[in-house]
Amino acid sequence: MVRFVSLALLLATWWLASLFAGPLMLPGPDRVLSVIGAHAQTGDLFFQLGVTLARVLAAFTIAMAAGTAIGLLMGRVKIADRIGDPWLIVLLNLPALVIIVLAFIWGGLTEIAGVLAVAINKLPNTVVTVREGARALDPELDEMARVFALPRRKFLWHVVFPQLAPYLAAAARSGLSLVWKIVLIVELLGRPNGIGFQIGMAFQLFDVTLILAYALAFVVVILIIETTVVQPIERRASRWRIRAT
Amino acid sequence: MRPVGEFGQLEVRIAHKAFTAASGERFDVLHDVCFELGHSEVGALVGPSGCGKTTILRIIAGLETDFEGTVERRSSGRLGMVFQEPRLLPWRTVEDNVRLVAPGIAGEALASLFEVLDLHTHRLHYPGELSLGLARRVALARALAIDPDLLLLDEPLVSLDEALAERLRAQLAALIESRPITTLLVTHDLQEAIRLADRIFLLSPRPAQMVADIPLTTPRSARTEREIATIVGEVTSRINRGAPASPHVTPVTRHDPTDL
Repeated sequence: MVRFVSLALLLATWWLASLFAGPLMLPGPDRVLSVIGAHAQTGDLFFQLGVTLARVLAAFTIAMAAGTAIGLLMGRVKIADRIGDPWLIVLLNLPALVIIVLAFIWGGLTEIAGVLAVAINKLPNTVVTVREGARALDPELDEMARVFALPRRKFLWHVVFPQLAPYLAAAARSGLSLVWKIVLIVELLGRPNGIGFQIGMAFQLFDVTLILAYALAFVVVILIIETTVVQPIERRASRWRIRAT
Repeated sequence: MRPVGEFGQLEVRIAHKAFTAASGERFDVLHDVCFELGHSEVGALVGPSGCGKTTILRIIAGLETDFEGTVERRSSGRLGMVFQEPRLLPWRTVEDNVRLVAPGIAGEALASLFEVLDLHTHRLHYPGELSLGLARRVALARALAIDPDLLLLDEPLVSLDEALAERLRAQLAALIESRPITTLLVTHDLQEAIRLADRIFLLSPRPAQMVADIPLTTPRSARTEREIATIVGEVTSRINRGAPASPHVTPVTRHDPTDL
């Protein structure tokens, strides 16, 4: 309920601001909506959304999987942490744009280069978060697993990952939003389709309505993913907590 | 007496164990702790709080490897352990906690184990919903579910109220009686040790040394309250005065501990 009121307030603010700024600088919600509708009818909107979403999911999956593995290793093994830490600091402070441009120069203007560039941008972030989680693992449960000789896979699945769940959720949350923002830059610089490419076109035509239409459509997609995928998973993972209190 | 070594299931020879404190200072915890347990024998390590009993269990379980000496377990088989804290996975139900370590357990065996320990109504509960006494019982069920060759119990009844401790002690005694499992339990309570064990290993305050190895000849079920009181009296007086051995008490080594 509160969320709806808050959202309505945001729309109202937008609409009011559009009245002052004029339709060229800031078109109102109604105009943006009608453009979304028009592009949806031709199917173009869904194609562009789909292409971008596929890149987001690919980069997100790579970054989360590799980041979790590296973070876990660095959090658990001291020598791995000491070796990996300087790399991590370099990667964390490398601007997204530098990574993207280098990826396109070295890998050509290809799909793989683009997706990898996004994944590398997100990777250090995941590593840092998961490493924090791995450092906070309960040593008592570790010992229990050792005494009962739990096989490695069971140990990871039943003992480690449930403890990492809050950290993984935090990494996924911030990851999804970060990844889609960087994917747009990649598309702007070196891809022939996707939301980023469309927005680049709209920029050259100074078409603010089109820019907002595509941006908004993708935000809605991310919101749907958040509520239908991320939140249910989180609820399921913390089921024991709710019942425990 | 049974020839030790031939039937020995567990042979512990710890010459020396020290810890290094955060300040860099080293302090001795164990010094010359040697004992053996035969097949399906129940031993109790008894000593004052903080004397290093838990460390002995941890060494046997393989959790402490930095010590001088040897630990030999005859059958390289399964090890069941009940830690002082239950150490259950809070995100798994009682049943899943047990099944996790014993994936092969038959439904019937699990049901009867839960029945004996009065846990059958709690199968689907999460550990956060259990009292300490219940959680301890789940930890005990978990250790027994793997059908261990060696069972290690670290103060299984500590910080429970007397009535509950009494009940759990009876359950524990019944379980130990019904299964031929070599068991080593740690306690600071001599009475408890006498009620549960076949053999008592008395330890001195830190650094812990063996004071005496006391086999109890009367079968567990036949020990009356009076007999238990007599044994307690004999052991304490012997510790305090270095009194001669009684028929129940066979001294092995003699030191003079001041605190028990």
